[in-house]
Amino acid sequence: MQEIRKRLTKVEERINYIGQVKGSADWGNIDSVAQRFKGVQDAIFDLSAEQMAEKIHNLEEELAFLEERAEESLTGMDRVRIVRSPLRFSLKDILENVYEDYTELGGEEEDSIDASMVCAKATVSAIIKGKTVTQQVMVIGHEKGHGEEYRNGGCSKPWGNEKALRFMMVAQTEGIPIHSYIFTPGSFPTEDYPGAGQQIARNIYAMTKLEVPIISIISEGGSGGAEAIGCSDYRLMFSHGYYSVISPEGGAAIEGKVREGEKIPAEMVESCAERLKISAADNLRLKTIDRVVDEPVLGAKRDDFEFFKRIKYEMIRATDEVVLKTKSLRAFRNYEMKLKRSTKEFGDDAHIDVSWELNRDELARLLDMRSKKYRQMGCEGLCTKDGILGCLANRVKEKSSKYFYNIRYDLLHSHQKQVKQVMHDVTSESSAVIKHVTGPLAGIFGFFTRKPDTERLPASRDLDREELYDNTYTSPLANEDRTITCPNSEQSGCKDLWVPDLYGQFGGVCENCGHHFPLEYQWYLKNLFDRDSIREFNSKISARNPLDSPAFEKRLQDAFKKTGRRSAMITFDARVHGVEVVVAMLYSNFRNGTVGATEGEKFVQAAERARMMRRPLLSYVHTTGGIRIQEGTLGVTQMPKCTMAVREYVDAGGLYMVVYDNNSYAGPVASFLGCSYYQFAIRSSRVGFAGPRVIRDTTGEDIPPDYHSARNALKRGHIQGIWDRREFRTNLHKSLMTMGGKSLYYR
Amino acid sequence: MSQHDTVNYEAVLSKFREDPFTYVDIHAMHTGQIRFHVHEGDQVEGLTGDFRHIKGTLLCELTRERNQKPIHCTTKGEVSFVNKDLDGKFVQAGEKIMTIRHPLKKREIIEQILRKVLVPFAAPEKAKYYFAMDIQSRIEKFGQRSVSVKAGDELFTMSLMKRDTPVFYAGESGLIHSVYFKQGQSMEQGEPLVGICPPEKIAVVEKVITRVKAEWE
Repeated sequence: MQEIRKRLTKVEERINYIGQVKGSADWGNIDSVAQRFKGVQDAIFDLSAEQMAEKIHNLEEELAFLEERAEESLTGMDRVRIVRSPLRFSLKDILENVYEDYTELGGEEEDSIDASMVCAKATVSAIIKGKTVTQQVMVIGHEKGHGEEYRNGGCSKPWGNEKALRFMMVAQTEGIPIHSYIFTPGSFPTEDYPGAGQQIARNIYAMTKLEVPIISIISEGGSGGAEAIGCSDYRLMFSHGYYSVISPEGGAAIEGKVREGEKIPAEMVESCAERLKISAADNLRLKTIDRVVDEPVLGAKRDDFEFFKRIKYEMIRATDEVVLKTKSLRAFRNYEMKLKRSTKEFGDDAHIDVSWELNRDELARLLDMRSKKYRQMGCEGLCTKDGILGCLANRVKEKSSKYFYNIRYDLLHSHQKQVKQVMHDVTSESSAVIKHVTGPLAGIFGFFTRKPDTERLPASRDLDREELYDNTYTSPLANEDRTITCPNSEQSGCKDLWVPDLYGQFGGVCENCGHHFPLEYQWYLKNLFDRDSIREFNSKISARNPLDSPAFEKRLQDAFKKTGRRSAMITFDARVHGVEVVVAMLYSNFRNGTVGATEGEKFVQAAERARMMRRPLLSYVHTTGGIRIQEGTLGVTQMPKCTMAVREYVDAGGLYMVVYDNNSYAGPVASFLGCSYYQFAIRSSRVGFAGPRVIRDTTGEDIPPDYHSARNALKRGHIQGIWDRREFRTNLHKSLMTMGGKSLYYR
Repeated sequence: MSQHDTVNYEAVLSKFREDPFTYVDIHAMHTGQIRFHVHEGDQVEGLTGDFRHIKGTLLCELTRERNQKPIHCTTKGEVSFVNKDLDGKFVQAGEKIMTIRHPLKKREIIEQILRKVLVPFAAPEKAKYYFAMDIQSRIEKFGQRSVSVKAGDELFTMSLMKRDTPVFYAGESGLIHSVYFKQGQSMEQGEPLVGICPPEKIAVVEKVITRVKAEWE
């Protein structure tokens, strides 16, 4: 009887699960199966054990058929529901069933700084040549089950991500691989110190050059939260998981322009989930992941013990593969691995003898491969309009520039620098000796031939007085004969401002309270840089509609027409008081400054150019609304890709500065912008991770109106200063000189 | 027995029971053409949100030099009067355009009674007032009811005709119990700005509050 009861419970669980996954209790003929189940359950005391067993068997067969059918017709939203099911396996199940032993680090269960992020030192063993070989790994991942009440749904807070980073560093110190498990719908959108975006940026920045193999696997990959621990050498994904730029509900609300508080129609959410291409198969096609790990029908659950063996096998194999690629002696093992991969077999004896310890050369190779991997990511989502000849000419130009700058800086400049250093030391030494001898005589001579004060050298602020604004440019906003009210008029008693004065003479700044009204990006091009110094490059790289979203195609065409440009990023060489810089500028007019594959590629190329030409790199963010959701995960992968470019540029000695203006939110701030050591903001701008509506929707709590203000960003240490727009040029020049030093490319 | 102990609570409370409303007149803040968005009898919302950052109902729009200035309601209640004759016409600054009838809450009744009980410090002139920097920083640091003032202290900065003049407190020493003005808002001459409570009268103030809390539903 006990066995019968167990089977009945399991049947009931399966019926409910199908209903949950398909989002309706009457999908297929599941309701009639449920009714029959009820009949069988009620007859438990009327029927014999054999009769009951037979009836349950019939139900089980029917359910198996229904599950197959449900699996065949899985939609994007079905996958989201599978992942969100409480029956789905979670990190704790993996730690218990995949690893031999583990110790949780940085807190345990609810007594943890952030229980949604679990870090554990674990051992994993494999049978190689009949012997058990045990190796250590650092397991880092999100946990949403096993104590749901304190797991925060797997949404890590900044301190949870910081904990992850801390133990990644431990793994680096100890030289053990990292296994990263992504089970998060997204990061918790709080600006409490250091801010969600800042911490994610720090994590990605560190992971780009972390000197250990990193293997990640995605079950629920929600945008920035996933990237915080997802920048890896090998990216796996569970076949029934999802990896997305935004939750389908959030995406539908934005695309359908649904007002806050209104219910989003279910069909809209369903179609958005399809358009976002969130499934494992879609992501494999887009090359944002490397391999899919097959799950049982309708996804694995907590008691699918056979599946945990598969996870163990896949994680060990992926680690082996990454490590093996760095080894010089690997041909036969590589071949064997490929052979085993093709047979799809797995088991305890399916492993190959690969030691996970790496020497310096192998580590360098590992980092180089990681760099190349991310450099290629997302290139599906852009197109260039150069044509074959244009491409060829560009490549020749690029190569020749590279050689020119290599000779100029690496060979001549470095040689010259060394000679200068030696000469400086020699003259300093000799002057110290001569000073003792000639000092008294020089003193007497000086007394008799004293001159008035020497001439003062011009300070950088004096330079600006020569040319504060480009007088030839007036904002078109000034061409209106009307007044405007300052938003601070109630608190600060500001008088109405006459528009031609405001946007002309006052540079868009309220003369009473200093509030900065938004200005078009052209104003900055004209007033920030030296006259006629701007030389744009890569203007022909064009944004695309890589996921073939029908509505987005028209919006994209409208953006091309409206702006006369091909993307939301302008990259150019320019000068600020004679200092040559490479600038990457995100501007609001084109899709609200969102970042997709094109913008990511342009940014990376700008960073490479700055590195090649030994120039400072400036990111001026006129506005950015985050990652372009219509590009799905191709957009999300721009976060690690661009951060990798920044890291390599900074490691090579470059000076990278970011200046935020108007509104800067989400993915870019949580990656390649937020990782800069030198970030500034223009007054009245807002900087943050998630906008007010997202915060209200996610946390259910309202935020103060000044939550994202530049002043708060300064208080929590996100930015280093707030600049007045009218002093932008002076401050930028001053910062370039202060932060960059004499050579501006300081190592 | 002091003046404050002699307040006739019964008379004051019965007055509030008879007409438990306050009437907020809305005036044109400057000249312009007005266009109403509400009618008499409409229910209107004041500022809402945890931080009182969500604007209230749009009452009307004043267009001046092609600048449309929306006037939002700051008090919850009912529109009891609208000067309909002005709709679409040019109004002068300061002209009364509508009245909002606001049902008084227990807290507001306490505030109104406190005005009678506390020692008021009135606006010396029609002007905008700000707390003096020292007082403001003490309020921010310790909270309003922990800041004491004595005669001769610089209490306010009066902003009038582009001139900022310090205003010194004159009266009994005590704590700033209530603030009746919004910083930067123009206040009429003689309007109370703050209510000062001498330390020995705290007991009387508490008595008033307890009584209203107990007697008012």
